[in-house]
Amino acid sequence: MTEQFIYVTYIRTTPEKLWQALTDQTFVRQYWFGMTQECSWEKGAPWTLKFQDGKIADAGEVLEADPPRRLVLKWGHELIPELKQEGFSRCVMEIEANGELTKLTVTHSIDREGSKLIGSVSGGWPKILSSLKTLLETGAPLPVLASEATKMDEMRAKAAAH
Amino acid sequence: MSMDAVFKALADPTRRQLLDRLQAQNGQTLASLCDGMQMSRQAVAKHLSQLEAANLVAVQWHGREKLHFLNPVPINEIAERWIGKYERHRVQALHDLKTKLEGNSDD
Repeated sequence: MTEQFIYVTYIRTTPEKLWQALTDQTFVRQYWFGMTQECSWEKGAPWTLKFQDGKIADAGEVLEADPPRRLVLKWGHELIPELKQEGFSRCVMEIEANGELTKLTVTHSIDREGSKLIGSVSGGWPKILSSLKTLLETGAPLPVLASEATKMDEMRAKAAAH
Repeated sequence: MSMDAVFKALADPTRRQLLDRLQAQNGQTLASLCDGMQMSRQAVAKHLSQLEAANLVAVQWHGREKLHFLNPVPINEIAERWIGKYERHRVQALHDLKTKLEGNSDD
C-alpha cells in the first residue's frame, strides 16, 4: 500500500523561473527553513538536504531531471532512526504552464502504510510551497517562523539523543 | 485560483466534511467518498469539483480510478496572510489549549 500526499500551488511566474527557484540554492535557502540542497540536478546525481551548519537531514538521488518540467528525487531521511529505517520515499515535482500562472505539483510517496517519514514531510511542504510562491511573486520569502525554528531544534535534539 | 474560491468552497459543511474524510484517509475515489453521505453521487461529485476548482482537492488517475487528495496549500496561504511571525506561537498555544479542553473536536 502506497502512502502519498499531493500538494498543488499556482504561482505567477514562468516554468523556467520556477525550476531555477527549486534548484538554485540562493533561492532554496530563502524558503526552505534556511536549509539548502546539494545536487548537480542530473539523472543519477546524489542529492542531500542540509541544515545551515552542514549536517545532512535527508539524502538520496535524482531519478529523473527534465528541466523545466519534471524532477524526481529518491528521498530518505538520515537523522531520526525510526524514519531512516523506512528507507526511500519518492518525491515528484511537476511544473506546467497554466495561462499566466505556473502550476507546481509535488507528489511525495512511499510504499509503506502509516509511514512516519511521509507524516513528517507532510506538514512541512505546505509551508515551503507558500513561502516559495511568496518569494517568486513578491521577491521576498515569508519570514522563517519562530515555531519552525523551534521544531527544527527539537528534531536536531532528538536526533542527537540517539 | 482566487482566495474567494477557497472561502466559498470552505463555507459549506458538506465540503468541509469531504475534506475531513480526505484528511482521515487520503486518496479516495468518488464511490468511497459517497459511502455514508446522505446525498446523491451527483451532489457529492459537484461538491468535489468545487473543491478541486478552489485547489483544495488535487486529483490523480490510477488506471481508470480517479483518486482525490486533500491539498492544504491554499489554507496555509490564508494562515500566512494574517498570522504574523510574532503571533503564531500564541495562536498555536491557544489552539492547543482549546483542543485539550474540548477533547479532539476541532470545529
